[in-house]
Amino acid sequence: MSGLRGFVADRLLPVGTIVLVLLALWYVFAYVMNAPFQRDLDRRAGVTRTQSEFIAATMSQPKPTMPAPHQVAQTLWKNVFLLKPWSKRSLVYHSGVTLASTLLGFLMGTVLGVVIAVGIVHVPSLERSFLPWIIASQTIPVLAIAPMIIVVLASIGVTGLLPKALISTYLSFFPVAVGMVKGLRSPEVMHLDLMHTYSASKAQTFFRLRLPASVPFFFTSIKVAVAASLVGAIVGELPTGAVAGIGSRLLAGSYYSQTIDIWAALIAASVVAVLLVVSVDIIGRVVNAAMGGRPA
Amino acid sequence: MAEKVISARDLSLTFDTGDSPVHALSKVNLEIGKGEFVSFIGPSGCGKTTFLRVIADLEQPTSGEIEVNGMTPQEAREKRAYGYVFQAAALYPWRTIEKNVALPLEIMGYSRAERNERVARTLELVNLTGFEKKYPWQLSGGMQQRASIARALAFDADLLLMDEPFGALDEIVRDHLNEQLLELWKRTDKTICFVTHSIPEAVYLSTRIVVMSPRPGRVTDVIESTLPRERPLEIRESAEFLAIAHRVREGLRAGHSYDE
Repeated sequence: MSGLRGFVADRLLPVGTIVLVLLALWYVFAYVMNAPFQRDLDRRAGVTRTQSEFIAATMSQPKPTMPAPHQVAQTLWKNVFLLKPWSKRSLVYHSGVTLASTLLGFLMGTVLGVVIAVGIVHVPSLERSFLPWIIASQTIPVLAIAPMIIVVLASIGVTGLLPKALISTYLSFFPVAVGMVKGLRSPEVMHLDLMHTYSASKAQTFFRLRLPASVPFFFTSIKVAVAASLVGAIVGELPTGAVAGIGSRLLAGSYYSQTIDIWAALIAASVVAVLLVVSVDIIGRVVNAAMGGRPA
Repeated sequence: MAEKVISARDLSLTFDTGDSPVHALSKVNLEIGKGEFVSFIGPSGCGKTTFLRVIADLEQPTSGEIEVNGMTPQEAREKRAYGYVFQAAALYPWRTIEKNVALPLEIMGYSRAERNERVARTLELVNLTGFEKKYPWQLSGGMQQRASIARALAFDADLLLMDEPFGALDEIVRDHLNEQLLELWKRTDKTICFVTHSIPEAVYLSTRIVVMSPRPGRVTDVIESTLPRERPLEIRESAEFLAIAHRVREGLRAGHSYDE
Protein backbone atom coordinates (compact mmCIF):
# COMPACT_ATOMS: atom_id res chain seq x y z
CA MET A 1 0.00 0.00 0.00
CA SER A 2 1.20 3.45 -0.69
CA GLY A 3 0.15 7.08 -0.74
CA LEU A 4 -2.65 8.70 1.17
CA ARG A 5 -4.99 5.72 1.09
CA GLY A 6 -2.27 3.47 2.46
CA PHE A 7 -1.54 5.98 5.21
CA VAL A 8 -5.19 6.16 6.20
CA ALA A 9 -5.66 2.40 6.24
CA ASP A 10 -2.32 1.47 7.80
CA ARG A 11 -1.77 4.23 10.30
CA LEU A 12 -4.61 6.67 10.79
CA LEU A 13 -7.42 4.16 11.20
CA PRO A 14 -5.85 1.88 13.83
CA VAL A 15 -4.20 4.71 15.77
CA GLY A 16 -7.30 6.91 15.51
CA THR A 17 -9.52 4.12 16.81
CA ILE A 18 -7.35 3.69 19.89
CA VAL A 19 -7.34 7.45 20.48
CA LEU A 20 -11.14 7.55 20.35
CA VAL A 21 -11.45 4.60 22.73
CA LEU A 22 -9.02 6.26 25.15
CA LEU A 23 -10.89 9.57 24.99
CA ALA A 24 -14.18 7.82 25.71
CA LEU A 25 -12.63 5.99 28.66
CA TRP A 26 -11.14 9.27 29.86
CA TYR A 27 -14.58 10.91 29.94
CA VAL A 28 -16.03 7.95 31.82
CA PHE A 29 -13.26 8.13 34.40
CA ALA A 30 -13.57 11.91 34.70
CA TYR A 31 -17.25 11.46 35.53
CA VAL A 32 -16.68 8.61 37.98
CA MET A 33 -13.87 10.40 39.80
CA ASN A 34 -15.39 13.87 39.94
CA ALA A 35 -18.94 12.76 40.77
CA PRO A 36 -18.52 12.30 44.58
CA PHE A 37 -17.10 15.81 45.02
CA GLN A 38 -19.75 17.33 42.77
CA ARG A 39 -22.51 15.50 44.69
CA ASP A 40 -21.09 16.80 47.97
CA LEU A 41 -20.85 20.33 46.57
CA ASP A 42 -24.43 20.27 45.26
CA ARG A 43 -25.81 18.91 48.52
CA ARG A 44 -24.16 21.67 50.54
CA ALA A 45 -25.31 24.35 48.14
CA GLY A 46 -28.78 22.80 48.01
CA VAL A 47 -28.73 22.54 44.25
CA THR A 48 -30.70 19.90 42.44
CA ARG A 49 -29.71 19.03 38.90
CA THR A 50 -30.95 16.70 36.22
CA GLN A 51 -28.67 13.81 35.35
CA SER A 52 -27.32 15.56 32.22
CA GLU A 53 -26.71 18.80 34.12
CA PHE A 54 -24.89 16.80 36.78
CA ILE A 55 -22.68 15.11 34.21
CA ALA A 56 -21.87 18.48 32.65
CA ALA A 57 -21.00 19.86 36.10
CA THR A 58 -18.51 17.04 36.75
CA MET A 59 -16.79 18.02 33.53
CA SER A 60 -16.37 21.70 34.35
CA GLN A 61 -14.94 21.86 37.86
CA PRO A 62 -12.10 24.39 38.23
CA LYS A 63 -9.89 21.94 40.15
CA PRO A 64 -11.20 18.50 39.27
CA THR A 65 -9.72 15.25 40.57
CA MET A 66 -9.65 14.16 36.95
CA PRO A 67 -10.02 16.91 34.36
CA ALA A 68 -12.07 16.05 31.30
CA PRO A 69 -10.25 15.97 27.94
CA HIS A 70 -11.89 19.17 26.68
CA GLN A 71 -10.80 21.08 29.81
CA VAL A 72 -7.21 19.98 29.22
CA ALA A 73 -7.56 20.85 25.55
CA GLN A 74 -8.83 24.34 26.37
CA THR A 75 -5.97 25.03 28.78
CA LEU A 76 -3.52 23.59 26.30
CA TRP A 77 -4.91 25.77 23.53
CA LYS A 78 -4.72 28.88 25.70
CA ASN A 79 -1.22 28.16 27.03
CA VAL A 80 0.20 27.18 23.69
CA PHE A 81 -1.47 29.38 21.10
CA LEU A 82 -3.06 32.36 22.85
CA LEU A 83 -0.18 33.41 25.08
CA LYS A 84 2.99 34.92 23.69
CA PRO A 85 5.64 32.18 23.41
CA TRP A 86 8.01 34.08 25.74
CA SER A 87 5.37 34.57 28.41
CA LYS A 88 6.19 32.78 31.69
CA ARG A 89 2.82 31.05 31.52
CA SER A 90 3.18 29.83 27.97
CA LEU A 91 3.70 26.10 27.59
CA VAL A 92 5.73 26.83 24.48
CA TYR A 93 8.20 28.74 26.63
CA HIS A 94 8.41 25.96 29.20
CA SER A 95 8.64 23.25 26.56
CA GLY A 96 11.45 25.21 24.96
CA VAL A 97 13.35 25.37 28.25
CA THR A 98 12.96 21.63 28.76
CA LEU A 99 13.80 20.91 25.13
CA ALA A 100 17.05 22.87 25.38
CA SER A 101 18.37 20.85 28.31
CA THR A 102 17.00 17.64 26.78
CA LEU A 103 18.93 18.22 23.56
CA LEU A 104 22.13 19.29 25.29
CA GLY A 105 21.97 16.29 27.62
CA PHE A 106 21.08 13.98 24.76
CA LEU A 107 24.02 15.23 22.73
CA MET A 108 26.46 14.79 25.61
CA GLY A 109 24.97 11.40 26.47
CA THR A 110 25.25 10.21 22.88
CA VAL A 111 28.87 11.30 22.61
CA LEU A 112 29.68 9.75 25.97
CA GLY A 113 27.89 6.53 25.09
CA VAL A 114 29.70 6.21 21.76
CA VAL A 115 33.08 6.94 23.37
CA ILE A 116 32.46 4.31 26.05
CA ALA A 117 31.36 1.78 23.43
CA VAL A 118 34.42 2.41 21.27
CA GLY A 119 36.60 1.96 24.34
CA ILE A 120 34.90 -1.25 25.40
CA VAL A 121 35.11 -2.75 21.92
CA HIS A 122 38.81 -1.95 21.50
CA VAL A 123 40.17 -2.40 25.02
CA PRO A 124 39.12 -5.79 26.43
CA SER A 125 40.02 -4.89 30.02
CA LEU A 126 37.63 -1.93 29.89
CA GLU A 127 34.72 -4.28 29.40
CA ARG A 128 35.50 -6.16 32.60
CA SER A 129 36.43 -3.12 34.67
CA PHE A 130 33.98 -0.55 33.35
CA LEU A 131 30.82 -2.33 32.28
CA PRO A 132 29.71 -3.42 35.78
CA TRP A 133 29.91 0.21 36.92
CA ILE A 134 27.93 1.40 33.96
CA ILE A 135 25.20 -1.11 34.67
CA ALA A 136 25.28 -0.29 38.39
CA SER A 137 24.91 3.41 37.58
CA GLN A 138 21.57 2.70 35.99
CA THR A 139 20.21 0.87 39.01
CA ILE A 140 20.33 4.07 41.10
CA PRO A 141 16.94 5.76 40.86
CA VAL A 142 17.28 9.00 38.93
CA LEU A 143 14.97 10.69 41.44
CA ALA A 144 17.59 10.06 44.11
CA ILE A 145 20.56 11.26 42.18
CA ALA A 146 19.02 14.25 40.39
CA PRO A 147 18.69 16.55 43.42
CA MET A 148 22.27 15.72 44.44
CA ILE A 149 23.64 16.73 41.07
CA ILE A 150 21.62 19.96 41.17
CA VAL A 151 22.66 20.78 44.75
CA VAL A 152 26.32 19.88 44.34
CA LEU A 153 26.65 21.81 41.09
CA ALA A 154 24.75 24.80 42.49
CA SER A 155 27.16 24.92 45.44
CA ILE A 156 30.08 25.35 43.05
CA GLY A 157 28.16 27.95 41.11
CA VAL A 158 26.94 25.89 38.16
CA THR A 159 23.23 26.45 37.64
CA GLY A 160 20.78 26.70 34.79
CA LEU A 161 20.94 24.49 31.75
CA LEU A 162 24.00 22.36 32.48
CA PRO A 163 22.94 20.56 35.68
CA LYS A 164 19.64 19.53 34.11
CA ALA A 165 21.43 18.46 30.94
CA LEU A 166 23.78 16.34 33.03
CA ILE A 167 20.84 14.40 34.41
CA SER A 168 19.69 13.79 30.84
CA THR A 169 23.21 12.70 29.99
CA TYR A 170 23.17 10.31 32.92
CA LEU A 171 20.03 8.65 31.61
CA SER A 172 20.83 8.72 27.90
CA PHE A 173 24.43 7.54 27.68
CA PHE A 174 23.53 4.04 28.83
CA PRO A 175 21.28 2.88 25.97
CA VAL A 176 23.73 4.41 23.49
CA ALA A 177 26.74 2.68 25.07
CA VAL A 178 25.02 -0.70 25.18
CA GLY A 179 23.58 -0.39 21.68
CA MET A 180 26.86 0.78 20.19
CA VAL A 181 28.89 -2.01 21.80
CA LYS A 182 26.50 -4.40 20.11
CA GLY A 183 26.60 -2.43 16.86
CA LEU A 184 30.38 -2.13 16.69
CA ARG A 185 30.59 -5.88 17.25
CA SER A 186 27.89 -6.66 14.70
CA PRO A 187 30.09 -7.18 11.59
CA GLU A 188 30.14 -10.77 10.43
CA VAL A 189 33.33 -12.80 10.86
CA MET A 190 33.69 -12.90 7.09
CA HIS A 191 33.58 -9.10 6.84
CA LEU A 192 36.25 -8.85 9.53
CA ASP A 193 38.37 -11.57 7.90
CA LEU A 194 38.18 -9.61 4.67
CA MET A 195 39.72 -6.57 6.41
CA HIS A 196 42.40 -8.87 7.84
CA THR A 197 43.31 -10.15 4.36
CA TYR A 198 43.85 -6.53 3.30
CA SER A 199 46.08 -5.98 6.34
CA ALA A 200 43.80 -3.11 7.27
CA SER A 201 44.73 -1.10 10.35
CA LYS A 202 42.46 -0.97 13.37
CA ALA A 203 41.39 2.54 12.42
CA GLN A 204 40.59 1.49 8.86
CA THR A 205 38.57 -1.46 10.11
CA PHE A 206 36.77 0.85 12.51
CA PHE A 207 35.82 3.56 10.05
CA ARG A 208 35.16 1.36 7.04
CA LEU A 209 33.47 -1.58 8.72
CA ARG A 210 32.56 -1.32 12.40
CA LEU A 211 31.16 2.20 12.30
CA PRO A 212 28.92 1.84 9.23
CA ALA A 213 27.75 -1.57 10.48
CA SER A 214 26.72 0.00 13.79
CA VAL A 215 24.52 2.71 12.27
CA PRO A 216 21.19 0.84 12.56
CA PHE A 217 22.04 0.01 16.19
CA PHE A 218 22.92 3.66 16.76
CA PHE A 219 19.54 4.93 15.64
CA THR A 220 17.66 2.30 17.63
CA SER A 221 19.53 3.27 20.79
CA ILE A 222 19.34 7.04 20.37
CA LYS A 223 15.58 6.72 19.94
CA VAL A 224 15.50 5.30 23.47
CA ALA A 225 18.11 7.80 24.63
CA VAL A 226 16.25 10.88 23.43
CA ALA A 227 13.10 9.84 25.29
CA ALA A 228 15.18 9.13 28.41
CA SER A 229 16.81 12.55 28.05
CA LEU A 230 13.43 14.23 28.18
CA VAL A 231 12.54 12.35 31.36
CA GLY A 232 15.91 13.38 32.79
CA ALA A 233 15.36 17.03 31.95
CA ILE A 234 11.88 17.06 33.50
CA VAL A 235 13.12 15.29 36.65
CA GLY A 236 16.01 17.77 36.75
CA GLU A 237 13.55 20.66 36.79
CA LEU A 238 11.71 19.41 39.85
CA PRO A 239 14.36 20.26 42.48
CA THR A 240 15.38 23.58 40.89
CA GLY A 241 12.62 25.32 42.83
CA ALA A 242 10.23 25.40 39.91
CA VAL A 243 11.75 28.18 37.87
CA ALA A 244 10.97 27.10 34.35
CA GLY A 245 10.38 24.07 32.21
CA ILE A 246 7.72 21.41 31.96
CA GLY A 247 8.93 19.89 35.22
CA SER A 248 8.39 23.17 37.03
CA ARG A 249 4.88 23.42 35.60
CA LEU A 250 4.13 19.93 36.92
CA LEU A 251 5.48 20.90 40.34
CA ALA A 252 3.62 24.24 40.46
CA GLY A 253 0.44 22.51 39.35
CA SER A 254 0.68 19.98 42.15
CA TYR A 255 1.42 22.69 44.77
CA TYR A 256 -1.77 24.55 43.92
CA SER A 257 -3.91 21.53 42.94
CA GLN A 258 -4.18 22.88 39.42
CA THR A 259 -4.90 19.47 37.98
CA ILE A 260 -5.83 20.84 34.59
CA ASP A 261 -2.44 22.56 34.32
CA ILE A 262 -0.67 19.34 35.31
CA TRP A 263 -2.46 17.42 32.60
CA ALA A 264 -1.79 20.14 30.06
CA ALA A 265 1.92 20.06 30.96
CA LEU A 266 1.88 16.27 30.70
CA ILE A 267 0.37 16.44 27.23
CA ALA A 268 2.95 19.07 26.26
CA ALA A 269 5.70 16.74 27.51
CA SER A 270 4.39 13.83 25.48
CA VAL A 271 4.04 16.00 22.39
CA VAL A 272 7.70 17.03 22.79
CA ALA A 273 8.64 13.36 23.28
CA VAL A 274 6.79 12.33 20.14
CA LEU A 275 8.42 15.14 18.15
CA LEU A 276 11.87 14.09 19.38
CA VAL A 277 11.40 10.40 18.66
CA VAL A 278 9.83 11.08 15.25
CA SER A 279 12.69 13.44 14.31
CA VAL A 280 15.25 10.79 15.25
CA ASP A 281 13.27 8.24 13.28
CA ILE A 282 13.15 10.45 10.19
CA ILE A 283 16.89 11.16 10.36
CA GLY A 284 17.45 7.42 10.77
CA ARG A 285 15.41 6.68 7.64
CA VAL A 286 17.24 9.31 5.62
CA VAL A 287 20.62 7.95 6.70
CA ASN A 288 19.50 4.38 6.01
CA ALA A 289 18.42 5.36 2.50
CA ALA A 290 21.70 7.19 1.90
CA MET A 291 23.54 4.03 2.94
CA GLY A 292 21.77 1.97 0.31
CA GLY A 293 19.24 0.44 2.66
CA ARG A 294 16.51 -1.57 1.07
CA PRO A 295 13.37 0.58 1.17
CA ALA A 296 11.00 -0.90 3.72
CA MET B 1 58.06 -26.83 -11.78
CA ALA B 2 57.91 -23.11 -12.26
CA GLU B 3 58.56 -20.61 -9.50
CA LYS B 4 57.03 -21.78 -6.20
CA VAL B 5 54.19 -19.70 -4.82
CA ILE B 6 53.17 -21.91 -1.95
CA SER B 7 55.14 -24.62 -0.24
CA ALA B 8 53.94 -26.48 2.83
CA ARG B 9 56.08 -28.97 4.73
CA ASP B 10 54.59 -31.21 7.40
CA LEU B 11 51.97 -28.59 8.04
CA SER B 12 49.64 -29.44 10.93
CA LEU B 13 46.90 -27.50 12.64
CA THR B 14 44.97 -28.65 15.68
CA PHE B 15 41.97 -26.80 17.08
CA ASP B 16 41.49 -27.08 20.83
CA THR B 17 37.77 -27.42 21.31
CA GLY B 18 37.55 -28.22 24.99
CA ASP B 19 36.90 -31.95 25.20
CA SER B 20 38.81 -33.40 22.23
CA PRO B 21 41.27 -31.65 19.91
CA VAL B 22 40.30 -31.49 16.23
CA HIS B 23 43.09 -32.31 13.81
CA ALA B 24 42.10 -30.01 10.97
CA LEU B 25 45.39 -30.51 9.13
CA SER B 26 47.87 -33.30 9.64
CA LYS B 27 51.30 -33.32 8.02
CA VAL B 28 50.32 -31.68 4.77
CA ASN B 29 53.08 -31.47 2.16
CA LEU B 30 52.29 -29.51 -0.95
CA GLU B 31 53.94 -27.21 -3.43
CA ILE B 32 52.08 -24.95 -5.78
CA GLY B 33 53.84 -23.31 -8.70
CA LYS B 34 53.20 -19.97 -10.34
CA GLY B 35 50.29 -19.93 -12.76
CA GLU B 36 48.75 -23.17 -11.52
CA PHE B 37 45.05 -23.64 -10.91
CA VAL B 38 44.85 -25.99 -7.94
CA SER B 39 41.57 -27.31 -6.59
CA PHE B 40 41.14 -28.69 -3.11
CA ILE B 41 38.37 -31.23 -2.87
CA GLY B 42 37.10 -33.38 -0.05
CA PRO B 43 34.22 -33.86 2.36
CA SER B 44 33.55 -31.27 5.04
CA GLY B 45 36.06 -31.35 7.85
CA CYS B 46 38.92 -32.44 5.61
CA GLY B 47 40.78 -29.19 6.20
CA LYS B 48 40.58 -27.75 2.68
CA THR B 49 39.22 -24.42 3.87
CA THR B 50 41.61 -24.45 6.84
CA PHE B 51 44.56 -24.90 4.47
CA LEU B 52 43.42 -21.92 2.45
CA ARG B 53 43.01 -19.88 5.62
CA VAL B 54 46.52 -20.82 6.75
CA ILE B 55 47.88 -19.53 3.43
CA ALA B 56 45.90 -16.33 4.01
CA ASP B 57 47.21 -15.97 7.59
CA LEU B 58 43.66 -16.26 8.90
CA GLU B 59 44.67 -19.35 10.91
CA GLN B 60 47.96 -20.18 12.58
CA PRO B 61 49.48 -23.65 11.99
CA THR B 62 50.34 -25.69 15.08
CA SER B 63 53.47 -27.18 13.56
CA GLY B 64 55.29 -27.51 10.26
CA GLU B 65 56.27 -24.87 7.78
CA ILE B 66 54.47 -22.88 5.15
CA GLU B 67 55.80 -20.29 2.77
CA VAL B 68 53.86 -17.97 0.51
CA ASN B 69 56.03 -16.35 -2.16
CA GLY B 70 59.00 -17.42 -0.05
CA MET B 71 57.73 -15.53 2.99
CA THR B 72 55.66 -16.39 6.02
CA PRO B 73 51.91 -16.05 5.45
CA GLN B 74 51.88 -12.96 7.65
CA GLU B 75 54.57 -11.22 5.63
CA ALA B 76 52.80 -12.21 2.44
CA ARG B 77 49.53 -10.84 3.76
CA GLU B 78 51.18 -7.58 4.77
CA LYS B 79 52.63 -7.35 1.25
CA ARG B 80 49.09 -7.88 -0.06
CA ALA B 81 50.19 -10.97 -1.96
CA TYR B 82 46.77 -12.54 -2.39
CA GLY B 83 43.11 -11.83 -2.98
CA TYR B 84 40.62 -13.90 -1.02
CA VAL B 85 37.13 -14.85 -2.20
CA PHE B 86 34.87 -16.17 0.53
CA GLN B 87 32.02 -18.65 0.41
CA ALA B 88 29.56 -15.77 0.45
CA ALA B 89 30.10 -12.57 -1.50
CA ALA B 90 30.64 -10.67 1.78
CA LEU B 91 29.98 -7.34 0.12
CA TYR B 92 29.42 -4.44 2.49
CA PRO B 93 25.70 -3.65 2.15
CA TRP B 94 26.17 0.11 2.63
CA ARG B 95 28.59 0.36 -0.29
CA THR B 96 27.69 0.36 -3.95
CA ILE B 97 29.31 -2.26 -6.17
CA GLU B 98 32.04 0.14 -7.30
CA LYS B 99 32.68 1.25 -3.72
CA ASN B 100 32.90 -2.39 -2.64
CA VAL B 101 35.46 -3.14 -5.32
CA ALA B 102 37.31 0.03 -4.36
CA LEU B 103 37.45 -0.99 -0.67
CA PRO B 104 40.82 -2.79 -0.78
CA LEU B 105 42.19 0.00 -2.96
CA GLU B 106 41.15 2.63 -0.39
CA ILE B 107 42.77 0.62 2.38
CA MET B 108 45.95 0.15 0.40
CA GLY B 109 46.13 3.85 -0.35
CA TYR B 110 45.61 4.01 -4.10
CA SER B 111 44.84 7.45 -5.51
CA ARG B 112 41.30 8.28 -6.54
CA ALA B 113 42.15 8.23 -10.24
CA GLU B 114 43.93 4.90 -9.93
CA ARG B 115 40.99 3.52 -7.95
CA ASN B 116 38.47 4.56 -10.58
CA GLU B 117 40.57 3.09 -13.35
CA ARG B 118 41.05 -0.24 -11.56
CA VAL B 119 37.41 -0.52 -10.51
CA ALA B 120 36.28 0.02 -14.10
CA ARG B 121 38.81 -2.49 -15.39
CA THR B 122 38.03 -5.28 -12.91
CA LEU B 123 34.28 -4.81 -13.18
CA GLU B 124 34.65 -5.22 -16.92
CA LEU B 125 36.71 -8.36 -16.32
CA VAL B 126 33.80 -9.96 -14.45
CA ASN B 127 31.15 -8.53 -16.82
CA LEU B 128 29.59 -6.16 -14.32
CA THR B 129 30.02 -2.94 -16.25
CA GLY B 130 26.86 -0.88 -15.83
CA PHE B 131 26.20 -2.04 -12.27
CA GLU B 132 28.67 0.31 -10.60
CA LYS B 133 26.04 2.33 -8.75
CA LYS B 134 23.90 -0.58 -7.62
CA TYR B 135 23.83 -1.78 -4.04
CA PRO B 136 24.55 -5.47 -3.36
CA TRP B 137 20.93 -6.33 -2.56
CA GLN B 138 19.92 -5.12 -6.02
CA LEU B 139 22.07 -7.84 -7.64
CA SER B 140 21.52 -11.59 -7.99
CA GLY B 141 23.65 -14.01 -5.98
CA GLY B 142 25.83 -14.82 -8.98
CA MET B 143 26.43 -11.15 -9.74
CA GLN B 144 27.29 -10.48 -6.11
CA GLN B 145 29.86 -13.27 -6.18
CA ARG B 146 31.31 -11.84 -9.40
CA ALA B 147 31.60 -8.46 -7.68
CA SER B 148 33.47 -10.11 -4.83
CA ILE B 149 35.85 -11.69 -7.35
CA ALA B 150 36.37 -8.26 -8.90
CA ARG B 151 37.18 -6.94 -5.44
CA ALA B 152 39.80 -9.68 -4.96
CA LEU B 153 41.30 -8.89 -8.37
CA ALA B 154 41.30 -5.12 -8.02
CA PHE B 155 44.71 -4.78 -6.39
CA ASP B 156 46.46 -7.17 -8.78
CA ALA B 157 47.63 -9.82 -6.36
CA ASP B 158 49.21 -12.71 -8.24
CA LEU B 159 47.58 -15.25 -6.00
CA LEU B 160 43.84 -15.80 -5.80
CA LEU B 161 42.45 -17.86 -2.91
CA MET B 162 38.87 -18.96 -3.48
CA ASP B 163 36.91 -20.76 -0.78
CA GLU B 164 33.91 -22.48 -2.39
CA PRO B 165 32.99 -19.25 -4.11
CA PHE B 166 30.19 -20.79 -6.17
CA GLY B 167 28.94 -23.23 -3.55
CA ALA B 168 25.71 -21.36 -2.87
CA LEU B 169 24.80 -20.79 -6.52
CA ASP B 170 22.64 -22.89 -8.79
CA GLU B 171 24.17 -25.16 -11.41
CA ILE B 172 23.50 -22.95 -14.44
CA VAL B 173 25.02 -19.86 -12.88
CA ARG B 174 27.89 -21.95 -11.57
CA ASP B 175 28.71 -23.33 -15.05
CA HIS B 176 28.70 -19.85 -16.42
CA LEU B 177 30.96 -18.50 -13.69
CA ASN B 178 33.32 -21.47 -14.06
CA GLU B 179 33.76 -20.63 -17.74
CA GLN B 180 34.35 -16.99 -16.90
CA LEU B 181 36.83 -17.88 -14.19
CA LEU B 182 38.85 -20.06 -16.57
CA GLU B 183 38.82 -17.26 -19.10
CA LEU B 184 40.04 -14.83 -16.46
CA TRP B 185 42.77 -17.21 -15.29
CA LYS B 186 44.04 -17.61 -18.86
CA ARG B 187 44.06 -13.88 -19.41
CA THR B 188 45.68 -12.82 -16.14
CA ASP B 189 48.03 -15.76 -15.53
CA LYS B 190 47.32 -15.76 -11.81
CA THR B 191 47.88 -18.65 -9.43
CA ILE B 192 44.54 -19.84 -8.15
CA CYS B 193 43.79 -22.03 -5.14
CA PHE B 194 40.18 -23.12 -5.31
CA VAL B 195 38.27 -25.00 -2.64
CA THR B 196 35.24 -26.96 -3.79
CA HIS B 197 33.17 -30.00 -3.01
CA SER B 198 32.06 -30.52 -6.59
CA ILE B 199 34.02 -33.08 -8.60
CA PRO B 200 33.04 -31.74 -12.06
CA GLU B 201 33.94 -28.22 -10.98
CA ALA B 202 37.35 -29.32 -9.72
CA VAL B 203 38.13 -31.34 -12.85
CA TYR B 204 36.87 -28.69 -15.23
CA LEU B 205 38.89 -25.86 -13.70
CA SER B 206 42.12 -27.29 -12.41
CA THR B 207 45.58 -28.08 -13.60
CA ARG B 208 45.98 -30.06 -10.39
CA ILE B 209 43.44 -31.54 -8.00
CA VAL B 210 44.31 -32.09 -4.35
CA VAL B 211 42.07 -34.73 -2.79
CA MET B 212 41.73 -34.45 0.96
CA SER B 213 40.07 -36.53 3.64
CA PRO B 214 38.95 -35.76 7.20
CA ARG B 215 39.86 -36.86 10.75
CA PRO B 216 42.68 -36.01 10.60
CA GLY B 217 42.53 -33.57 7.70
CA ARG B 218 45.16 -34.69 5.21
CA VAL B 219 46.06 -34.90 1.52
CA THR B 220 45.28 -38.36 0.17
CA ASP B 221 45.94 -37.83 -3.54
CA VAL B 222 47.23 -35.20 -5.92
CA ILE B 223 45.98 -35.58 -9.47
CA GLU B 224 47.63 -33.83 -12.42
CA SER B 225 45.06 -32.91 -15.02
CA THR B 226 45.81 -33.94 -18.57
CA LEU B 227 43.17 -31.65 -20.00
CA PRO B 228 44.35 -28.86 -22.31
CA ARG B 229 44.35 -25.24 -21.14
CA GLU B 230 41.61 -24.47 -23.63
CA ARG B 231 38.46 -25.98 -22.13
CA PRO B 232 35.04 -25.52 -23.65
CA LEU B 233 32.13 -26.63 -21.45
CA GLU B 234 31.63 -29.68 -23.71
CA ILE B 235 34.96 -31.06 -22.55
CA ARG B 236 33.06 -32.34 -19.55
CA GLU B 237 31.55 -35.11 -21.67
CA SER B 238 34.91 -36.28 -23.02
CA ALA B 239 36.38 -39.62 -21.95
CA GLU B 240 39.49 -37.89 -20.63
CA PHE B 241 37.43 -35.65 -18.36
CA LEU B 242 35.42 -38.58 -17.06
CA ALA B 243 38.58 -40.58 -16.40
CA ILE B 244 40.00 -37.80 -14.24
CA ALA B 245 36.65 -37.36 -12.46
CA HIS B 246 36.63 -41.09 -11.82
CA ARG B 247 40.06 -40.93 -10.26
CA VAL B 248 39.02 -38.05 -8.02
CA ARG B 249 35.97 -40.02 -6.93
CA GLU B 250 38.10 -43.07 -6.18
CA GLY B 251 40.44 -40.90 -4.15
CA LEU B 252 37.57 -39.44 -2.15
CA ARG B 253 36.15 -42.91 -1.53
CA ALA B 254 39.52 -44.26 -0.39
CA GLY B 255 39.79 -41.40 2.08
CA HIS B 256 36.36 -42.13 3.44
CA SER B 257 36.80 -45.88 3.94
CA TYR B 258 39.45 -44.97 6.49
CA ASP B 259 36.75 -43.51 8.68
CA GLU B 260 34.43 -45.87 10.49
